[in-house]
Amino acid sequence: MVKEIERAGIPVVHMCTVTPISMTVGANRIVPTIAIPHPLGNPALSHDEEKALRRKLVERALEALTTEVEDQTIFEV
Amino acid sequence: MSYKVVHYINQFFANIGGEEMAHVAPELRDGIVGPGLAFNQAWKGEAEIAKTIVCGDSYFAEHEADAKSQILEWVKAEKPDFFLAGPAFNAGRYGYACATICAAVQDELGIPVLTGMYEENPGADLKNKILIVATANSAAGMRKAAPAMAKLALKIMKGEKLGASCEEGYMPNGIRKNFFEKKVGAERAVDMLVAKLNGKPFTTEYPMPSFDRVAPNPAVKDLSHATIALCTSGGIVPKGNPDHIESSSASHYGEYCIAGVQELTSEGYETAHGGYDPVYANADPNRVLPVDVMRDFEREGKIGKLHDYFYTTVGNGTSVANAKSFAAEYAQKLLQAGVHAVIMTST
Amino acid sequence: MKLELGYIQINDIQFSKECKVEANTLYVDPDAVKAFMYEDDDVKAWVKDFSFDVAKPGESVRITPVKDVIEPRVKVEGPGGMFPGVISKVDTVGSGKTHVLRGMAVVTAGKIVGFQEGIIDMTGPGADYTPFSKLNNFVVVAEPAEGYQDHKHEYEHAVRIAGLRAAVFIGELGRNVTPDESEEFETLGIKEGIEEYPDLPRVAYVHMLQSQGLLHDTYVYGVDAKRTLTTIINPTETMDGAIISGNCVSACDKNTTYHHQNNPVVKAMFAAHGKTLNYVCNIITNENVYLADKQRSSDWTAKLCRLLDLDGAIVSQEGFGNPDTDLIMNTKKIELQGVKTTIITDEYAGQDGKSQSLADADPLADAVVTGGNANEVIILPKLDKVIGTLDYVDVIAGGHAGSLRPDGTIEAELQVITGATNEMGFNRLSAR
Repeated sequence: MVKEIERAGIPVVHMCTVTPISMTVGANRIVPTIAIPHPLGNPALSHDEEKALRRKLVERALEALTTEVEDQTIFEV
Repeated sequence: MSYKVVHYINQFFANIGGEEMAHVAPELRDGIVGPGLAFNQAWKGEAEIAKTIVCGDSYFAEHEADAKSQILEWVKAEKPDFFLAGPAFNAGRYGYACATICAAVQDELGIPVLTGMYEENPGADLKNKILIVATANSAAGMRKAAPAMAKLALKIMKGEKLGASCEEGYMPNGIRKNFFEKKVGAERAVDMLVAKLNGKPFTTEYPMPSFDRVAPNPAVKDLSHATIALCTSGGIVPKGNPDHIESSSASHYGEYCIAGVQELTSEGYETAHGGYDPVYANADPNRVLPVDVMRDFEREGKIGKLHDYFYTTVGNGTSVANAKSFAAEYAQKLLQAGVHAVIMTST
Repeated sequence: MKLELGYIQINDIQFSKECKVEANTLYVDPDAVKAFMYEDDDVKAWVKDFSFDVAKPGESVRITPVKDVIEPRVKVEGPGGMFPGVISKVDTVGSGKTHVLRGMAVVTAGKIVGFQEGIIDMTGPGADYTPFSKLNNFVVVAEPAEGYQDHKHEYEHAVRIAGLRAAVFIGELGRNVTPDESEEFETLGIKEGIEEYPDLPRVAYVHMLQSQGLLHDTYVYGVDAKRTLTTIINPTETMDGAIISGNCVSACDKNTTYHHQNNPVVKAMFAAHGKTLNYVCNIITNENVYLADKQRSSDWTAKLCRLLDLDGAIVSQEGFGNPDTDLIMNTKKIELQGVKTTIITDEYAGQDGKSQSLADADPLADAVVTGGNANEVIILPKLDKVIGTLDYVDVIAGGHAGSLRPDGTIEAELQVITGATNEMGFNRLSAR
């Protein structure tokens, strides 16, 4: 799916937990997330801590979108 | 009443001659020529070859457009129920001609077609487009090839449902079909492993695919003026799943307006995804689709705007072809809406 | 470790006040089974009531939504009891003698807890795809207590335990019955095995356990598999219920407890043991939702394969989607240790069969057995009787809005059928 958006000419960042699949299917900008049932959160944290964590992850995704890449790149958090 | 068939063969099988006669132009003959006999016999009157088209292999290769249009004209006039070509075994140009003319008859005249050849014949490159029966690599294989092709051809003429490639004898054409094996999977696995361990040949039931790549687009230059859209394969939908997106094997995607929505609440949104434990996503859908922090970034001026619509699908069990067509469709919508970049989240 | 299985063929099930197995017939009192299930506090807390039914092969009966399928067994010799760590106390099982009530199963059904429970048809085209259509099924339909919606995990647990308890109750009736047939299975120590079969390739079974979340779980001696590290288990232990299903992934490729008890890979490996291969042991490894876990578990699998000096391994999967990555990671890493693999999976190639079948791929996975394309569409006729409810047909995985048609027929993907594309290789179904 990511690839189709890329193909349409829109830069896209894929935020996902299972980065190997993302690599296999050909996403170019990848940000690893927390876990499959809660990629952008962690129920073990308090609401504020969790939102801070999500902010950090999405910030990283925005950084990925503003970074030129030549090949598939994982932007570790 | 028997089905009417037109058969295509080359100069060699028409007994005109070998390489030295490969230049002969297409010719239309009544009834069977050469291998046509074997097909007619196998059909036992249920189908019959009405005309045979003979063409030199070099002629077809060197005058493809002319040969094609002449042959199509003849086939069109004849209005057969079926078009058969070859088998070509390992003859490269013959195989190419069989496959190419079959594809043309199928696409332009809408007549069902079948050819046969050796798996490594260059003509077999078209196996995902037309049905090709795998044969031996020399004409000595005619005794096996003709009945196999005849049987499959008759099945198609009768409009019967085709089984899996290995049952029917056609080359795998990228369309996966279920069928019942003789042994259970675990026994097949042991047999396959023992063969592999002993260096004996084995055939995988699912060859690994290769993936195409799309080059990355240039980075976003100025985030503070960019419109960013959120998309997800995590199945986030308005509460109650108004469009009935399936929990698995989704047949459509959702497009939902979030203009003015500051965060996704458990009262307003949930997940339709059936592949993961939905408790966490349902309790706080921002865990899958981070609308809350995107709004913060928007307020802070870090990004220009969060796009008014988000697009959602259920990745679980949804075929890649479907997922691909959903994304291709909504990517065009995003493009038209002037979206500069996309954050796609997956569960 | 050596285990003898004594098979008691069950050809019929009759409700009766007296509970016994006689002349290949199970006579059972549903009230007694109910009382035994209710001895468990969680069952008491979350299940309002049970109803019972029997479904026999060939009958015009549809059971749905199905949660688990369990074969009644009883340990008659040797340490431990059935379902150690869950129903019996923790003790190493897999040796001595076990009686099996073959030809029947306990099927738990009733109101859905996740999205994903399935259908068992006892006749018609659907019956061809599920192995459970060939069994005499003692069906336990559970009705949840009030407020279960907010406690799905507790309810799932309660129904899981109830099913196991019903199977234990019925299995116990076979304790003093003389089996119709028996079979012995033995796993040697590492050194003994090498000495006994010096020329045969050493092969293990890498058994992947679904462990993605509370509704997608497997338990080993009572331990939640997602909290385990990859480890070794004797094949015979699985025959005594060491591994049970707490899994609600789509019906077609979830491994029910029955599958674990009758693991076809274990069966096929024992059949080849001493002839074409030396069956060393089972390696169990999980399928978690964190990438770090996936990495750790697959590293560990490969490490054990090397440590055991294996020549080959069969890897079986459970579920689909991200577990495809666990499968590929395991396979790739095992192959890179120089250990040859064959893997068993199933496919999601789309209803038209044109799509790519797995979410992940690697060229080293060059020997694949498939349980078929779960997306293939099937039309199930209306059957005379439904055990359970048709209320969920539209929402279970593989169903869609309108799956249940006005004339009572069902149009859905094979996914909805319990065990249809099993990835242990239980069935003959395949695809090309």
